[in-house]
Amino acid sequence: MDWNELVETQGIPKWPYPIRYGHEKEISTDVVVLGGGIAGCWAAISAARKGVKVALIEKGATIRSGGGGPGCDHWVLTPNPLSEITAEEVVDTEFQETGGYTNALSRYIAARESYDTLLELEKMGGKIRDEKDEFKGAQFRDEGTKFLFAYDYRNRLHFRVWGTTFKPALYRECRRAGVMVYDRAMVTSLLNEHGEQGRRVVGATAINVRTGEFFVFRAKATVLCLSRPQRIWQFQTERTGFDTLRPQTNTGDGHAIAFRAGAEFTLMEKSAFHIMGSGDGFPIYGQGNPFNTWHACTIVDARGKEVPWVDRDGNILKTVRERYLPARGQKFLGERSQAYAYRRPQLIPDLAERINKGEFTLPLYADLTSLPDEERRIIWGMMVREEGKTDVPIYRTYTRSGFQPEQDLLQSYLFLGSDPLRSPALPQKRIFGEVGECGGVVTDWDLQTTLEGLFAAGDQLFASNYHHHAAATGRYAGRKAAHYALKTRESRVIRKSIEKEKERVFGFIERKEGIQWKELNAASSRIMQNYCGDPKNEELLKIGVLWLEDIAANEVPRLSAPDPHKLMRSLEVLNILTCSEMILHACLARKASSPSLGFNRYDYPEKDPPGWHTFITLRQEGGKIRTGRLPIDFYGSLKENYESRNKDYLLLSGSGRTPGSPRL
Amino acid sequence: MRKKILAMPNAITPNRPVIFDSGKCSGCNACVEVCPMDLLIPHPQEGSPPVVLFPDECWYCGSCVLHCPKKGAITLNLPLIQRVRWKRKKTGEHFRV
Repeated sequence: MDWNELVETQGIPKWPYPIRYGHEKEISTDVVVLGGGIAGCWAAISAARKGVKVALIEKGATIRSGGGGPGCDHWVLTPNPLSEITAEEVVDTEFQETGGYTNALSRYIAARESYDTLLELEKMGGKIRDEKDEFKGAQFRDEGTKFLFAYDYRNRLHFRVWGTTFKPALYRECRRAGVMVYDRAMVTSLLNEHGEQGRRVVGATAINVRTGEFFVFRAKATVLCLSRPQRIWQFQTERTGFDTLRPQTNTGDGHAIAFRAGAEFTLMEKSAFHIMGSGDGFPIYGQGNPFNTWHACTIVDARGKEVPWVDRDGNILKTVRERYLPARGQKFLGERSQAYAYRRPQLIPDLAERINKGEFTLPLYADLTSLPDEERRIIWGMMVREEGKTDVPIYRTYTRSGFQPEQDLLQSYLFLGSDPLRSPALPQKRIFGEVGECGGVVTDWDLQTTLEGLFAAGDQLFASNYHHHAAATGRYAGRKAAHYALKTRESRVIRKSIEKEKERVFGFIERKEGIQWKELNAASSRIMQNYCGDPKNEELLKIGVLWLEDIAANEVPRLSAPDPHKLMRSLEVLNILTCSEMILHACLARKASSPSLGFNRYDYPEKDPPGWHTFITLRQEGGKIRTGRLPIDFYGSLKENYESRNKDYLLLSGSGRTPGSPRL
Repeated sequence: MRKKILAMPNAITPNRPVIFDSGKCSGCNACVEVCPMDLLIPHPQEGSPPVVLFPDECWYCGSCVLHCPKKGAITLNLPLIQRVRWKRKKTGEHFRV
């Protein structure tokens, strides 16, 4: 029922949950996992299997929360027995794609373990094979295993999967494994030993987002899986969740709390220009397009003229099948890499120009009707259904409205502007974590951060991405955290830290007047647009820092949160402000431009000059922000570092997945 | 009989991300419990469909529909500005969501 309707008939309802402000509960555990998304669930299950006590804290409902909750259609970049591609080659696709600014460490871990992870997911009830033989005989199917593959039918590196089954399976497994799941609880801070920034992490605080009850979790090991910041440069007050891949509960909570606790971050100066998050986009994969979920759909113009597909050398492809094969001399195709070595076939790159010249007539359409039957069915009905936010919003809604893939051409709105996929009006309206790789926490080969006892996984890590990566790194971090917890004694939590945090968290609940969270987020996004836009310079960035300090001094003390839900939203915006501060300081520290980072400076226009092809790190020490550097090849020898630290795992699972291994 | 006119502010736009069929909805609140944004609250009267308290926060994931035990009790209502069109290839006839 609409709230308006209820109010008109019965008056304004009372808050439906018991208010428990002032209540406090302490929970003692071995491992506490912060965030119940894909990485968090895998970390919790993995730790529980090592025999330790595990608690999982989730802001929403773990059964469907996070970016991976509603679904996933592809499990990519996964070396497996049907593929000859190695983990090292997989890492190279990301290295090339990001200009070297990749997390080769976490990507390598994922490349070594994501096939094992996939098989374990199947044991939990996740559907990963074409059991019903819906695609028997298809080019993208392996008849022996019934696996379906995407993008590159020769090299079989990217699986097509039924991801709507994954999150509920993971949640069930968490419960079965004895993980204590705390849903509707938002993590508000990390607790340092002796209450000192930079010291070992000994737990976390949280609040129930419906009742306001306060929790103190004491833990020997903590795993941070809180995804990445969004709404830094753009915030639509009434369309907060329109056109994002990731839910708006991803507000950089992990970045903010770990930064306050003294953890080290990198890549915070990276941003991109994208329509996602603008509020002006269409439902993800809900319009005619040839990308990912819809790869490699034929695109036609208003008169039915086909837009050609080309390989990486610009050769026009004559058949649909060629769109799924490497070019002559090309070894394999990456997931979406634009680097020459791994570039997939795509539409002609000068399409926009040719539209302007009148060669193609707008609007363009996705033409499922002319695809081979198996390609049409795999896109509409499998990929569009299993990918997140496609079953209900797109497949069911469009089918109910009469859409028939054998007969209908779905309009594309991407090509109405002059530059496909990049339609936001202003370059200042940037994105951070909405899509692609972005800044995050730095870790060692145990996925432990620079704070002892604090591990991290998934999109919490810098330059991370993808469901398979979240799953594999979550699984890895969980077992490392458990191992650490088993050999660590408990530590005291300082009462003063808790009292200080309660003051911060509950400061706005009594305020009658003042501003609410939306106005604060809108203002902060505006500051970032104006002072951290594109290109940047020292003066603008410094004023940005001043502005945020101003907001912290003048507006934040006037924040009002009349109920626990708005309290959650208010705390999220405070985290967005902290992330914005981190970003500004990282931008100030990079005194060079870098196209790979979407980073341009008026005052330092040279692109990646000598000495500047490096990671810039950021952390707090004694309340002051310190920047540093990390070499591009900080991870050292991938194979040696991974294998020397995972001997037990390799022995037990007999895998860590080398090509040609027999286990299917 | 004309409905009483009250002083109400503009409705949040869009206002109806989900629509309940009160004939089918039993008020089990499964959708309330699964919504990642926690934008639904139980109706004050048990057995009535939930109330959409924060329509501006909808992520349009459809988790509510996925977990509803009664088919058709809840429908995801795509905002008007996000509705797309398609064309029937043979006839050129136009359709829309």
